[in-house]
Amino acid sequence: MTDTLEIAGLHVSVEGKPILRGVDLRMERGETHALMGPNGSGKSTLGLAVMGHPNYEVTAGSIELNGENVLGMSPEERARAGLFLAFQRPIAIPGVKMADFLRHATTNVRHPERKEGEELIPMRDFRKELKGKMEHLRMDVEFARRYVNDGFSGGEMKRAEILQLAMLQPKFAVLDETDSGLDADAVRLASESIAEIGRAKMGLLIITHHDKLLEHNPPDVTHVILGGRIVEKGGPELAVELYQHGYDRIRSQYPEAEAQNQQMIQQEETV
Amino acid sequence: MFHGACSLIFESMWARLFNVGVESAPDSIERFTDTDRIAFGCPQFNQKKSMQASAQIAFDDASFSAFLASRQEPEWLATQRRQAWQAFGELDWPNRSHEEWLRTDIRMFGLQRYGLDSSPPESVELPQPQLAAGIELGGATVSLDSSSVKSQCEARWQERGVLFGDLGKLVSAHPEKIQPHLMRRAFDVNYDRFAALHGAWWSGGTLLYVPRGVVVDEPFHAFSAITDGGVDLGHTLVILEEGAEATLLSETASLNPTAGGMHCGGVELVVGAGANLRYVNLQDWATGVWHFSHQKAVLGQDANLQWTIAAMGSRLAKVNQHVGMVGPGANCQVNGVMFAEGRQHLSYHTLQHHEVASCHSDFLYKTALQDRARTVWRGMIKVDPQAQRTDGYQRNDNLLLSTSARADSIPGLEIEADDVRCTHGSTTGKIDEELIFYAMCRGFSRREAVRMIVTGFFQKIFDRITIDSVRQALGLAIARKVREYD
Repeated sequence: MTDTLEIAGLHVSVEGKPILRGVDLRMERGETHALMGPNGSGKSTLGLAVMGHPNYEVTAGSIELNGENVLGMSPEERARAGLFLAFQRPIAIPGVKMADFLRHATTNVRHPERKEGEELIPMRDFRKELKGKMEHLRMDVEFARRYVNDGFSGGEMKRAEILQLAMLQPKFAVLDETDSGLDADAVRLASESIAEIGRAKMGLLIITHHDKLLEHNPPDVTHVILGGRIVEKGGPELAVELYQHGYDRIRSQYPEAEAQNQQMIQQEETV
Repeated sequence: MFHGACSLIFESMWARLFNVGVESAPDSIERFTDTDRIAFGCPQFNQKKSMQASAQIAFDDASFSAFLASRQEPEWLATQRRQAWQAFGELDWPNRSHEEWLRTDIRMFGLQRYGLDSSPPESVELPQPQLAAGIELGGATVSLDSSSVKSQCEARWQERGVLFGDLGKLVSAHPEKIQPHLMRRAFDVNYDRFAALHGAWWSGGTLLYVPRGVVVDEPFHAFSAITDGGVDLGHTLVILEEGAEATLLSETASLNPTAGGMHCGGVELVVGAGANLRYVNLQDWATGVWHFSHQKAVLGQDANLQWTIAAMGSRLAKVNQHVGMVGPGANCQVNGVMFAEGRQHLSYHTLQHHEVASCHSDFLYKTALQDRARTVWRGMIKVDPQAQRTDGYQRNDNLLLSTSARADSIPGLEIEADDVRCTHGSTTGKIDEELIFYAMCRGFSRREAVRMIVTGFFQKIFDRITIDSVRQALGLAIARKVREYD
């Protein structure tokens, strides 16, 4: 049976302020979905809520992986169950080498029952696999010896997220602007990599402003989010329309959602 | 785990000195022949002695006279001890009106509760040493309650004139090497009452002497342990002559991890011109032990010192760590790793004293605290008027793993020269929750994430430590300590 991720009627608040106001989104493993929307519409919030960020409070609705509600799970359990978020702004962990971080992460995700202190996957096998994947992504092997995201350029961080995606092989991945901060060549490389790594094997929810990423990963479904709600759903042509013509049509067609979007942006600015 | 058991049965040096309960007194100290391999595993001491009930030797005038009489030491040393004992009598215990003791309360400390034990237990299991795993040693010493139970130096180094072993014994055999340095420039018995106590009563301890130009490429290891309520007054003296090189790994431990006791010690590192010393000191006493120590290095021209301090144990530690650069071009790197938990109080006062021109000093202290632990770090870079072209650096970073822990960090500069570069800094903070969330999104449990982040916090220091076994031991010791973090 195909794996499914189903988000239904999801309401999320941050510090008591509602951000998502009823998001419905269903995807199957092997599908690629695009999530598009103007700034402040709640795109990143959805990604963080899927992983269970403690500051993102789900006030209504559900997120189900293969019919099981993940809302009661810790971020760790969600990762081990096969959910992944490529962070828009990856976090630096000073003093922790990328390779050590990834070996630990890969072991835990591949062996969800592993307890702290139990064996990690053998160093030789891991190194070989990591080296292979880094070569594939045209990353310098030296990268693995650097500290996680510490002093990385924006582009390096994004490539490191793709490397993690390649190693962890989740069932479903939210890619939050994984192409931002990259130059044109790097975007192409990232797009190709994501297509190779994930397109057939994972369910991908791609948050992007670029056409390149979607060119290599044409979405089966495009979702448009505004004011914390999915206001429109379509095929790849909808994505094309939005990055060619912007959100003016959407904003005028859904004035109520647009008003809420403006309100959320103002709230964020006053914080 | 690291508490591997080694059976150790030995005869008490104190028992022999004080003639209590000893039927015969074969020499049990030099039990290892020069050809023995030194391996940490289980040093066996099979000298069985029968003992009478123990008698503690209090720190008073009568006992001091008996102590002096029993030592049979050269007269210069006896005089030195008498002067220190006199200073002890004239000094008061430090109290919180002294700047150094402002944050460190020792009102619960009572010297009368402690004494040198005339008859340590017949048979004890020593904890497994942590620093020397898997390395070939040039020599090793072990002491228990300030009595030497093992003192050994490989023949190949003895042949080159190296002296390594129990200071208490070597001081009588090689006074010409030791007298010019012992408690001269690197130890001041008048500094405070603890220094005076140590100067009068020091016993056991370790000497490392490396003659001019001799390069010792195998580390030496010194291990000091105490019993519950025991006392360690060991003195460490390292003398590297011109151009010599050596590494000394020293560590302390208690037989029982929650036991009490007292260490009142001193460390002197005399590093000659162009000499190169690596010195590692792991303090891992039990959580009931009072630890007082005065430690000083004196660096000659173009001398190099890498000094790594790890403070893990004790109930309360008050340490003065001082590096005096007295020869131009001297260079020192000091690494401090502290982990405090429970109700531990660790107080470290560092002084990097640039007495002459063109020296370089680099002090980095990193501290993690959990539970209700408290640390004090007070650092000073002192630059004398003639010490131009000084390059001094000091930094202290503190990571708070609980809301009840407290770290006081007081960096300081005292600069009297005008052509210098001195920088200092200190940070204190908690773990950012976003780091934990990020790691958890990659399948780490919260606890695994915290452990990894704390280890990462210390990594910058570990990267500076050039001895693999030390880096690994300290990494493991820290990882073991990290608990839940809320």
